[in-house]
Amino acid sequence: MASLAMKANELVKWFGEGDAKTHAVREVSFEAYFGEMLYIEGPSGSGKTTLLSMISGILRPNSGTVTVEDKEIWSLTADELAAFRLHTVGFVFQDYHLFPRLTTIENVAIPLILKKLEWNESMNIAMQYLEVVGLKERAHLTPVKLSGGEQQRVAIARAIASRPDILIFDEPTASLDGDTGRRIVDFVKKNILNEKRCILIVTHDSRIFEYADRIMKMEDGKITGVTRGGPNEK
Amino acid sequence: MKGILKLAYKLLVNDKGKFAALLVGITFAVFLMVMMTSMFAGILYRSSSTVINIGAKIWVMDPAVNTVVSSIPMPDYILDAVRSINGVKYAVPLYSGGALVKLRSGVYQSVTVLGLDDTSLFGRPELIEGNIADIYADNAFVVVKDSEFPKLENPKLGAEFEINDHRGVVVGIAKVTTGGLFGIPTLYTTYKRAIQYIPSTRYTISYVLVEPKSADAVQYIKQQVGSLGYVALTADEFKQRISNFYKYQTGVGTNVLLMTIISFIVGLSISGQTFYTFILENLEKFGALKAIGAKGKELVYMILFQATFTALTGYGLGIGLASLLIALAKLRLPSYAAKIAYANLGFAFIMVLIIAGVSSYIGVRKVIKIEPFDIFRG
Repeated sequence: MASLAMKANELVKWFGEGDAKTHAVREVSFEAYFGEMLYIEGPSGSGKTTLLSMISGILRPNSGTVTVEDKEIWSLTADELAAFRLHTVGFVFQDYHLFPRLTTIENVAIPLILKKLEWNESMNIAMQYLEVVGLKERAHLTPVKLSGGEQQRVAIARAIASRPDILIFDEPTASLDGDTGRRIVDFVKKNILNEKRCILIVTHDSRIFEYADRIMKMEDGKITGVTRGGPNEK
Repeated sequence: MKGILKLAYKLLVNDKGKFAALLVGITFAVFLMVMMTSMFAGILYRSSSTVINIGAKIWVMDPAVNTVVSSIPMPDYILDAVRSINGVKYAVPLYSGGALVKLRSGVYQSVTVLGLDDTSLFGRPELIEGNIADIYADNAFVVVKDSEFPKLENPKLGAEFEINDHRGVVVGIAKVTTGGLFGIPTLYTTYKRAIQYIPSTRYTISYVLVEPKSADAVQYIKQQVGSLGYVALTADEFKQRISNFYKYQTGVGTNVLLMTIISFIVGLSISGQTFYTFILENLEKFGALKAIGAKGKELVYMILFQATFTALTGYGLGIGLASLLIALAKLRLPSYAAKIAYANLGFAFIMVLIIAGVSSYIGVRKVIKIEPFDIFRG
């Protein structure tokens, strides 16, 4: 049986006060396991990005807990939370957020530099991860000279460079055409997912549902159902 | 930390347009501030040129004197009275006044005449041509070879001129530490000849130059001179009095101060605005760094480093540019009175640090406030 990667318990988040108060997430509880690719799916405004932010130590919930490696992350200080994000969580943002003034390899090395590794050592490790995503030859180009799919792979290389236990993708196929999107997710499933890593993907792109181990459906801030991934299991 | 700073460095310099704009802003500000303050320092330095060149430790004068050229003649007995003060090693008179000389070509030229004590020649300049003993010859004058020397038609030893219907002969050509402020040549002669050749009032001593027996005696000498109704100032005090006059009573100081403040504001505006734009454009990226795991203080270090690096580079360029311009100006205009002193450099450095501080404060405030959640939300 796969071991527990993280556990969210009764998470609640609202924005605004009084008449403007909006509940983004309402008492959501779930567990994610190592070795699985868990999708959070739902329409815009359903609260999936807010949920993702709370479980990754970015957005403090109004109530509820998130436990990773037996630690309740929202009891950590700001610096400890930053260290948690650096060492335990890897992010692939929707718009990648690559630094246009840095080369591809420097972008990938950012988490390693933040981990206080020497510059040259960071570059060597970053090159290894660029090789993993098949972009070794593009190492010294700036991101603007890469295609959307290549930029996505650079973002993946950056996210896995710090060897995180939990990898979070925010709408990974939103800026890509269907084929490229599927290729990327297929690549992630085959090369990045392993027994010691859990991947959480926020998406509403049904074309990549076939790669999910589980799909958690959200609506109005609540989980409305969990299904297995793959066209035959839906 | 080194890696983070290198990252900050690359983020800064790889954005060539913004980096250039930042450098231009700070370089321009430093250039203007250094030029303004150097010009002022040069003016102040030159305004005390006689005090510097004569080299006396104590100057006795009328209390109303503000600058060397505005001396108020004192009666002869003051010299004797000063000489009799306990603690005075020796005291000599100095004549300082202006005159018109008629050159061989028939051209009239204003000059400053300094009459040195006949016995000691105390305060005499260093001769580069001629013999100092020749100053005792008839009609003898020593000409200072400074930036104003050509105005006397580059006289050689033996050259003659007219001064108040008296014949003057150049017996020596001298050099001094610094030229004067007013763009007129300087002639040295003996005290007796000076007061004989140049019409003056009943009293003739411009200053009494005093050498104290020891540093401890200075205060007592000042008290005793004060009791005579005159004032005794050390060379530094006299220079300070001259500086204060130009700073506070001529408007020069106020104008230079205003120009310096304007330079500072221009520099601050350009670099502050550009740095703010730079931070705004990179705000999402800083947010992404925060989401990835950068601590708030690490982002602050990055911004401080970027601001400081830009400020110091701009400072160096500004100083270099100002030095170059002053050097070029002095090649063309030997009397150009600009002087880069440590105080100017220190002042500009502090101003640049303030520019860097204010610019980075704006950036830090923005970056500290950015929530990584905003990056997710898009």
